Amino acid sequence: MNRYPLWKYLLVVAVLVVGGLFALPNLFGEDPSVVITTGDDEVPSEEVQSDVLSFLEEEGYKPLSAEVLEGQWVLRYGSTDEQMRASDLISAKLDRDYSVAMTLVPSTPQWLRALGAEPMFLGLDLRGGVHFLLQVDIDAMVGETMEGHQQDIRTLFREERIRFSALEVTDEQQIRMAFVDSELRERARSALEEHIDGLAYSEETNEDAYLLIASMDEEELQEMKDLAVQQNITTLRNRVDELGVAEPVVQRQGADRIVVQLPGIQDPGQAKEILGATATLEFRFVDHANFPFTGDPDDPPEGAEVFPQRDGGYVALERQRILSGDRIIDASSGFDQESGSPEVNIRLSGTGGRIMSRATRDRVGDHMAVLFQERISEIEMVDGEPERVIREIEEVISVARIREGLGSRFRITGLDSSQEASNLALLLRAGALAAPIDIVEERTIGPSLGAENVERGFMAVVIGFLLVIAFMALYYRTFGLVANLALLGNLVIIVAVLSMLQATLTLPGIAGIVLTVGMAVDANVLIFQRIREELKAGAPIQTAIDAGYGKALSTIADANVTTLIAALVLFLFGTGPVQGFAVTLAIGLATSMFTAIVGTRAVINLIYGGRKVSELKI
Amino acid sequence: MEIFKNDPNFDFLGRRRIGFGLSAVLLVLSIGSLLWQGLNLGIDFTGGTLVEVGYEESVEVAEVEAALQGTDYADAQVLHFGSPREIMVRIPPMEDLEQAAISQEILAKLREAHDGVELRRVEFVGPQIGRELTEQGLLALLYALGGVLVYVAFRFEYRFALGAVAALVHDIVLILGFFSLTRLTFDLTVLAALLATVGYSLNDTIVVSDRIRENFLKVRKGTTEYVMNLAINQTLSRTLVTSFTTLLVVGALLFLGGETIHGFAMALLVGVLVGTYSSVFVASASSLAMGVSKQDLLPPEKEGQDQEDHESAIPPAERP
Repeated sequence: MNRYPLWKYLLVVAVLVVGGLFALPNLFGEDPSVVITTGDDEVPSEEVQSDVLSFLEEEGYKPLSAEVLEGQWVLRYGSTDEQMRASDLISAKLDRDYSVAMTLVPSTPQWLRALGAEPMFLGLDLRGGVHFLLQVDIDAMVGETMEGHQQDIRTLFREERIRFSALEVTDEQQIRMAFVDSELRERARSALEEHIDGLAYSEETNEDAYLLIASMDEEELQEMKDLAVQQNITTLRNRVDELGVAEPVVQRQGADRIVVQLPGIQDPGQAKEILGATATLEFRFVDHANFPFTGDPDDPPEGAEVFPQRDGGYVALERQRILSGDRIIDASSGFDQESGSPEVNIRLSGTGGRIMSRATRDRVGDHMAVLFQERISEIEMVDGEPERVIREIEEVISVARIREGLGSRFRITGLDSSQEASNLALLLRAGALAAPIDIVEERTIGPSLGAENVERGFMAVVIGFLLVIAFMALYYRTFGLVANLALLGNLVIIVAVLSMLQATLTLPGIAGIVLTVGMAVDANVLIFQRIREELKAGAPIQTAIDAGYGKALSTIADANVTTLIAALVLFLFGTGPVQGFAVTLAIGLATSMFTAIVGTRAVINLIYGGRKVSELKI
Repeated sequence: MEIFKNDPNFDFLGRRRIGFGLSAVLLVLSIGSLLWQGLNLGIDFTGGTLVEVGYEESVEVAEVEAALQGTDYADAQVLHFGSPREIMVRIPPMEDLEQAAISQEILAKLREAHDGVELRRVEFVGPQIGRELTEQGLLALLYALGGVLVYVAFRFEYRFALGAVAALVHDIVLILGFFSLTRLTFDLTVLAALLATVGYSLNDTIVVSDRIRENFLKVRKGTTEYVMNLAINQTLSRTLVTSFTTLLVVGALLFLGGETIHGFAMALLVGVLVGTYSSVFVASASSLAMGVSKQDLLPPEKEGQDQEDHESAIPPAERP
């Protein structure tokens, strides 16, 4: 009695060996490293590699090792100080086509990597970094689209000679048109349906007008939302790449939100500025008849618009823009060689260059202005209720005389500081966003707090674990030791499963592991108490063991299923930290069922099974 | 080693009025505090900004407050967090300011006033997100309770299910009451702990209920109360051992886990304590009060067969 078939022993051994192997990479730690790729996400050429290495050696920052890992060139360093210095040196050495990022690279040995074993991914609360939740402001975008439609409708009505008494965009993002009789409304409607896509119409009639109300087609709206979120994600990825962060996360969450996670970033302020800003540029000619502008800014001259200038004063610009910022291919900051003042060098697309050259050819000597438009969202009190409003900042950041016909390359000068120049260059490079985004949640963990969290969490696990082990050994003697083996096995398997899933380990996740350790012994306690009861009732030893396991099983199953329900609910309805906890709790429950029931039984069977036993140490 | 030399035989259910009384007092206290002063909700639920910074040496709260005087954040809540070198600044949601930028401005102010200020943590939660998290949290609680109710009703009997849920509600209210009375911050991690406790307390209740069902099938004589009491006593050692080992690890979390999960560990600690108490005094006692009896738990086929297999093992309950 109490003997397992061979396959069960083998199963237990196999699970432990595989678990051990996959848990192993976590023991090797991580090296602060600099990761370098080319602009096309490829490994730099051998030539560049040897160039960089000899340069680093000269500067005294020779890396511990240099290797190609998963399509990236990785230089490992012994400390974060060396890593940061080396990263700066390399960035200065290589031109901007290369991406240079700092990250922690696991120092898993080659033979383990060959098996596909990798350490757990540490969450931001453990490694430090920034988490943003961004909301895409669809309403603003819909508003703009409707205003565009309004223009088109006005033109259409003029062409078709349809007289209307009102044409406006309402607060509900609908276009409201009023006509004097129903016949005009009919004509308007059929003209609109023929020429303008993406609108749905409804009719209303009140005493003084026949109304036609156009709103955005549901399907169209959905498509527009998806497109906007998608385009924002793409743009954000580009911007994030500009920040030089390794392993960033830019992901859609729900209908109109985007999660951005930047591990290990040092300056969350800069990240925020670059992610949150939506800026566009326009090039326009200055209205020559009114330059310099001396009139009343609220009363613009004919055919011109008046904008404030960044350094004070106003300037009148021609209404027609020459070019918008989306024709910009590249922008970089630098210094004027003569005056030493900061400047932004701009390169336009082929078409952009042609437009620019055609427009400026005949106007050498005139002034061209760069109009900077930025949307800032803020909360204001409207009728005693806080309401989010979008404020548009429009200012002219530079007015410069056109000295010669401009082509696809030119520069903007007159910026206040090199910081401003580089920020502007960055924004221009990354392109404009399709719809404005707001930061609705931020969680930043500094690197030192992250390290502290790891250390303390680890400490808590170890101490809690040791206390339980000591207690179990004292209380259940031999059986207690067996339960402790199971507990250890359980811990290894949890870590292995988390590593295999490449799940993100967070602080609540560690807490989940600790809690499972505490609760995992419950299964064994239930079994052992049962065996004790059976023994007291006078059952023979082998029968007592078997009955103890048998009877405890349904209780254990019931108890664990109910806790799993709780874990499942946590996972489904929780967010970030709560989910991390739920995942480790659920994994821990599953693995503890295996180790506490099958695992301990195997060991107990090995010790006591199939022979005469005079006394059980329980 | 054993907790009880002889089989324990406490008359838990006979004294259930004492238990009910104690629970009633604690519940009234908790609900009273919740109604009177509510919970000290963290910014996860209220929205707002939290900035945690580290100094190179000890720093006075007053000094930090002075640095923020004359700014928009003069009313910010400033307190030590964990050690005298760490400071936490909490700002309620502000309507007229660009919220995402607040943390940056505060950090700049603090750095202006003092050298060597290190950013440790920033949390900003918009009011909209706060409302959503609150909603999600409440939903999670409701669904967890609903799921449990259905599962236990399916596996046992509806009065057991109601008893189990009564115990859970009891535990939740007491933990909330504890956080209300102590003014500890109630944030997302505490909510997670609360839900974990739901799982834990349930674990305990199920083990006792399982034994009650088993006893109903085996013990022919004796009142319902006797049989239930017997089950509680039989599982008492296990209840205490498991609670103790869980408390060991929760204690390790509480004392060594650091300030960030202090609230989490505290909620677990209280949860394990009241969860253990409630599975004995609330769950079984309320199923009994609702009139559960032997006839309500007719033996499913499988259980009967199970019994024949292990006929030789006679539980102590059946011995004269």
